[in-house]
Amino acid sequence: MTDQSVDTAVEELTKPRNQWLDVWDQFKTHKGAVMGLGFLIFITLFCAFGPLVWDVDPGKLDIRNKDVRPIYMAIFDSDAKTSWARPMGTDHLGRDIMANTMQGGRISLAVGWTAMILAVLIGTLVGVFAGYFKRLDGLLMRFTDLVLSLPILPLLLVMMLLFRDPLRAAFGPEQGIFILIVTGIGITSWMQTARIVRGDVMAIKEREFVLAARSIGTPARRMITRHLLPNVMSPIMVSATLGLATAIITESALSFLGLGFPSDFPTWGKILFDSVDRMTAFPERVIWPGLAISLTVLSVNYIGDGLRDALDPRIRGQ
Amino acid sequence: MLTYTIRRLLLSIPTLLFIAFVIFMLLELAPGDPMAQMPLTIPPEVKEKMRLALGLGEPWWVRFPLWLKQFFIVEPQYWIDNTFGTNFADGAQRIISFQSRSPVFDTISERMPQTLWVVGMSYVVGVLIALPIGIISAYRQYSVFDNVGTFVSMIGFSVPPFFSGVVLIVIFSVSLGWLPSIYDTTHQVMDWDSFVFQLRQMVMPVMVLALQTTAQVSRYMRASMLDNLGQDYVRTARAKGMTESVVVMKHVLRNSMIPVVTVIALGIPSIFGGAIITEQIFKVNGLGQLLIIALQGSDIPMVMTITFLLAVLIVMMNLIADILYGVLDPRIRYD
Repeated sequence: MTDQSVDTAVEELTKPRNQWLDVWDQFKTHKGAVMGLGFLIFITLFCAFGPLVWDVDPGKLDIRNKDVRPIYMAIFDSDAKTSWARPMGTDHLGRDIMANTMQGGRISLAVGWTAMILAVLIGTLVGVFAGYFKRLDGLLMRFTDLVLSLPILPLLLVMMLLFRDPLRAAFGPEQGIFILIVTGIGITSWMQTARIVRGDVMAIKEREFVLAARSIGTPARRMITRHLLPNVMSPIMVSATLGLATAIITESALSFLGLGFPSDFPTWGKILFDSVDRMTAFPERVIWPGLAISLTVLSVNYIGDGLRDALDPRIRGQ
Repeated sequence: MLTYTIRRLLLSIPTLLFIAFVIFMLLELAPGDPMAQMPLTIPPEVKEKMRLALGLGEPWWVRFPLWLKQFFIVEPQYWIDNTFGTNFADGAQRIISFQSRSPVFDTISERMPQTLWVVGMSYVVGVLIALPIGIISAYRQYSVFDNVGTFVSMIGFSVPPFFSGVVLIVIFSVSLGWLPSIYDTTHQVMDWDSFVFQLRQMVMPVMVLALQTTAQVSRYMRASMLDNLGQDYVRTARAKGMTESVVVMKHVLRNSMIPVVTVIALGIPSIFGGAIITEQIFKVNGLGQLLIIALQGSDIPMVMTITFLLAVLIVMMNLIADILYGVLDPRIRYD
C-alpha cells in the first residue's frame, strides 16, 4: 500500500507538466479565443496556399468578363451575370476577385506580422533598457512620452507621401512601399509595449531570484536574456496580438486613404478603397474585403483576450 | 495642485517645441518637392524664383524659428486684432498656404465647425451610450446583456471606420434610401425641415465615430465598476440598509467615474484622427479632408500647422487628464 502511493508520487514527479501546456489548457476554455485562432489559421492558409489551388493571375485583365457577380447572386436573381469560373466575381477591369482577395490577404497579413514584430522588438528593447538600467530610464521614458504625444495618423500619412518615391526608386515599387509601410507602422506603435515591459522589468528586478543571480556575478547581458525576458514574455505576447490588430487596421486605413500600395497591387484595404465608387451597383466587392479585415482583427483581438487570461497564473489555477 | 499644474504647463513647452521640430524636420528632410506638381515646361530659373517666393530659399534654421514666431506670436496677434479691433500684428507675415495663397488659419477656421460638429457630437453620443452599457454590464456580470455588450464593444474595436461607414452607406443610403450618403456642409439650419435634414445627414458619420468611442469607454466603465463593486465600502453601504440604486448609482458610480473621466479626456485626440477617415467616407469638408488635400498637394505650411495643432491637442488633453485625476481623487497627490 505504502509502496504503491510512493510509486505514484514518484511517477507524478518524473512527469512535470510543461507550463505552456497549462497555458494551452486555459486558452482552450475561452471559446472566443479558440474560434479566433481557428479563423486566423483558416484565413492564413487561405491566403498562403489558396493561390496554389486557385491558379488565376490576380492582375490579369479580362475586359470581356468584367463586372461578373458572385456565384450566389444567381439564387436571388437568375438574370445576374455569374460564372462558375469566377465564383466571387470580377471587378470593373475583369480581374478575378477571389485571386485578388488571396493576394491582398497575403500582403495585408505580411505587413501586419512584420510591422508587429518590429514594433514589439523596439518596444521590448526600450522597455528592458529603461527598466534595467536606472541611468537610461529617465531619458528613454521621456522619449517614449514624446513619441506618444505625436499625432500618429497624420505623421504616417506625411511619411507615406514624402518617402514613397525615393524608396520606390531604391527597392522597386512593391518592395519599397512594403518597407516604408512596415517601418512607418513599426516605429509609431512600440510605445505601449515599452511602457508595459519597463514596469514589469522594474518589478521583477527587485525579486530574490534576481538578487541571487546577481550575487553569483551574472553579467547584465545574461541577466536580461536568462532571467528578465522569459518572465516578461506574457505581457509581450499580449501586446503583440494587439499590435497585430492595429497594424492590419493601420495598413488598410492608409490604403483606404489612397496612400498605401500602388493601385495594381492589391491589399484588402486597397480592394475596399477601389470598390467604394461602385458600391451602389456591386456592394459585395466592398463587403468581402471589409469582412476579411474585420474578422481577422476581431479574431486577433479575441486571441489576445484569451492569451491574457491564459498567461495570468492567478486565473489559470482555477 | 497649482504648483503641479504650473510645472506640467512649463514642461509641455519643450515637449511641444520638440514635436514641432520633429514634424518640421520630417517635412524638411523628405525628398518630396512642393514644385513637383508644376508643369515641366516652366524653365528652371523661373522655378527657382517660385521656390524663393514660397520662402523655400532659406535654410531650415532660419525657417523653423520663423514658423514658430508666426505660429505663436503673429497668429495670436491677428486673432486678438480681429476680436478687439486692435492693431498688434501691424501687417506682419502670417503662415501662408502654398496651395491657396491665403493664411492657413483662415482656411482652418472655415473647416473647423464641420469637424467639431461631427466629431464633438459623435463623442458626446458615444460616451452617453457607453456609460449605461458599462454600468449594466458590470452590475449584471456574465449575464446575456453583459455578453452582448462585450461582443458589441469587441466589434467596435475590430471593425475599422472605413468599413462600418461603407456598410452603413450601403444599407441606409443605397438599399433603404433613408439617409443621404454625402454630408452637405453648405446646408443651413433655418426651420424645422432643415433641422431634420441636418439631423439625418449627421446620423451616419456620428454613429460611425461613436461606435469606436462606445467600444472603448464602455469597456473601461465596466472594468472600473467591477473593481469598485467588490470593495468593502459597498458591503458597508448595503449593510447600512441603503437601497440598491443609491449604492450603485451614487457610491459605486462616483468612484468608478474617476479613471473613466481621464480615459474620456485622453480619447479626444484619437477621435480627431479617426475623423480623418470618416470625413473622407462621408465627404465632409472638415479638417481631416483639408489635411489629405494639403498632403497631396505638398502644401507644407498647411500640413505642418494642422499636424501641430493635433499635437497641441494631445499634449493638452494629457495634461487635463492628469489634473482631473488629481482633482477627482483626493488619494492622489502629485506634490
